[in-house]
Amino acid sequence: MFLETKNLSKKFGGLTAVNNVDFTVEKGKINAIIGPNGAGKSTFFNLISGFHPPSSGSIILKGQDVTNMPPNKIAELGIARTFQTTNLFEQSTVLDNVTVGHRLRTKSNLLDAVLRSKRLKREEEQCREKALEVIRFTGLEKVAGKLVGSLTQEEKKRTAFALALATEPEIVFLDEPAAGVNPDETEGLAQLMIKMVDSGITVCLIEHKMQMIMKLADKIMVLNYGEKIAEGTADEIRNDPAVIKAYLGGSASA
Amino acid sequence: MKFINKRNIIMALVLLAIAFPFVTQNDYFIHVMTLSFIWMIGVYGLNLLAGYTGYLSLAHAGFFAVGAYSLGLLTVKAQMNFWLAFVLALIITSILGFLVGLIALRTKEHFFAIYTLCVGYILYLVIDKWDSLTEGVRGLIGIPAPANIGPISFETPLSQYYLVLAILLVVILIVYRIVHSLTGRTYIAIRNSEDLAQTIGISTMKNKLEAFVLSTFFAGLSGALYASFIRFIGPDIGNIVITFDLLTYLLIGGIGTLSGPIVGTVLVVWISQQLQFLQDYRMLIFGPILTLLVIFYPRGIAGSIAGWNAKRAEKKLAKAQLDERFSQSTLAAENQVKEG
Repeated sequence: MFLETKNLSKKFGGLTAVNNVDFTVEKGKINAIIGPNGAGKSTFFNLISGFHPPSSGSIILKGQDVTNMPPNKIAELGIARTFQTTNLFEQSTVLDNVTVGHRLRTKSNLLDAVLRSKRLKREEEQCREKALEVIRFTGLEKVAGKLVGSLTQEEKKRTAFALALATEPEIVFLDEPAAGVNPDETEGLAQLMIKMVDSGITVCLIEHKMQMIMKLADKIMVLNYGEKIAEGTADEIRNDPAVIKAYLGGSASA
Repeated sequence: MKFINKRNIIMALVLLAIAFPFVTQNDYFIHVMTLSFIWMIGVYGLNLLAGYTGYLSLAHAGFFAVGAYSLGLLTVKAQMNFWLAFVLALIITSILGFLVGLIALRTKEHFFAIYTLCVGYILYLVIDKWDSLTEGVRGLIGIPAPANIGPISFETPLSQYYLVLAILLVVILIVYRIVHSLTGRTYIAIRNSEDLAQTIGISTMKNKLEAFVLSTFFAGLSGALYASFIRFIGPDIGNIVITFDLLTYLLIGGIGTLSGPIVGTVLVVWISQQLQFLQDYRMLIFGPILTLLVIFYPRGIAGSIAGWNAKRAEKKLAKAQLDERFSQSTLAAENQVKEG
């Protein structure tokens, strides 16, 4: 059991966005969460990454209870995430964007900065090395010196991946990584996710592009109105009557 | 080899600042310039917080006044040794900054601006109304000039000019190092997106508080220098008007840039000196200029120049890459023709 949620719920006032969800993320696999708009997928991500405190239930990472931990502590434990909107630093270069991603593994403080200590220089070099490594990994070498504001949507998505990877995560949560990206580029991003899993990182993603998910995911959970309605492999999900009902409406038969 | 590079420009500016008093030989100009340097230190503090960390504090003049009054009260009323009082003034301002920051930084964006606006006004009111301690509207008179350091005395305007210049250069060096370190990157990450910064494992509260205390430290330093230079302080130095003056210098020079505080302060202070005859009607000129600048050059003078340079460098790079790709594709085409 790598990462697990137990009876996880989140209420916003009278609205239950996530309702009693039990979910396990399997190590070294591509896990996917799908569901119609407003099903609570992003809220579920926000709960796991610590942005919202859950109303009830718990989140357990490698046997450790991480419920109610702040996002930065959760990141330190090896959980990284990307946002649905590419939430990057547009005015600086790809390299600069990604460099700060390794900050959490460094220790130098204000005094190191003022004195330009050896530790700072060593750690700056370390951050730079890490940035170059993840830039190569995500295939961004050509645009490493460009301002993020001038990149294509796909390159921005890759930069977001690179930033997440620079934190040295064990598990990466990707919120709609292929939204707003054309089919060819989607395929490229899918390859990148496979590459991540091959290098030992667990992936969990939310996605709307069904073809991609069905091909890619080892395990899928379906949310509808905040509740888990199905969980299993792509084939099991495809033939699940509850899922068909949620997506196609009540009377459809498949 | 280019002669006009960053290092040479900085050296030239430092030499110019050192030579300035000998060139002008005018005590009034030296006085104005010393005062500009003092403001710059405060503007650098504001810049670290508002420019690099993204939190616009409007309590800056309040902390400036706390620094000035701490020094004034410790030297005039407590008869303390000047440099001891000077260090204590900085500590007092920083501690107050820490306490205010703990609460203020729970708010964001305009809420933060409004909250700190209130804090600044309260600081001003306390100074203005607490007669028995601060002498209220009468102000504090007879604050000593900086005491001698060894054989060097700071009684003359010229020596004070150099003292303030030296401190300013140290401040610039410190800010430069902070901005160009992992700590600076961390602040900038918070400015760009606090959510994203947290996601990549940055403790935003700790870093914001650090930047806030630093900014109040520089405000206090600026205030303490002001008090010992002007030798008289009144509650007006804590007034909100001073905050907006500093903010104007920063906006015109370039918020979030290293040279912005220098450019903005020198420019605005000298222009307002030249327009002194217009009295308060000067604002009729400054208002529109500031408005136009914010609309068309939101990153100020230094920021816009840096932006143009970055774009030009990027274009150059893109063109080089394009040329390379073009020559490769023509090569590929030629090969195809040959093979065909």
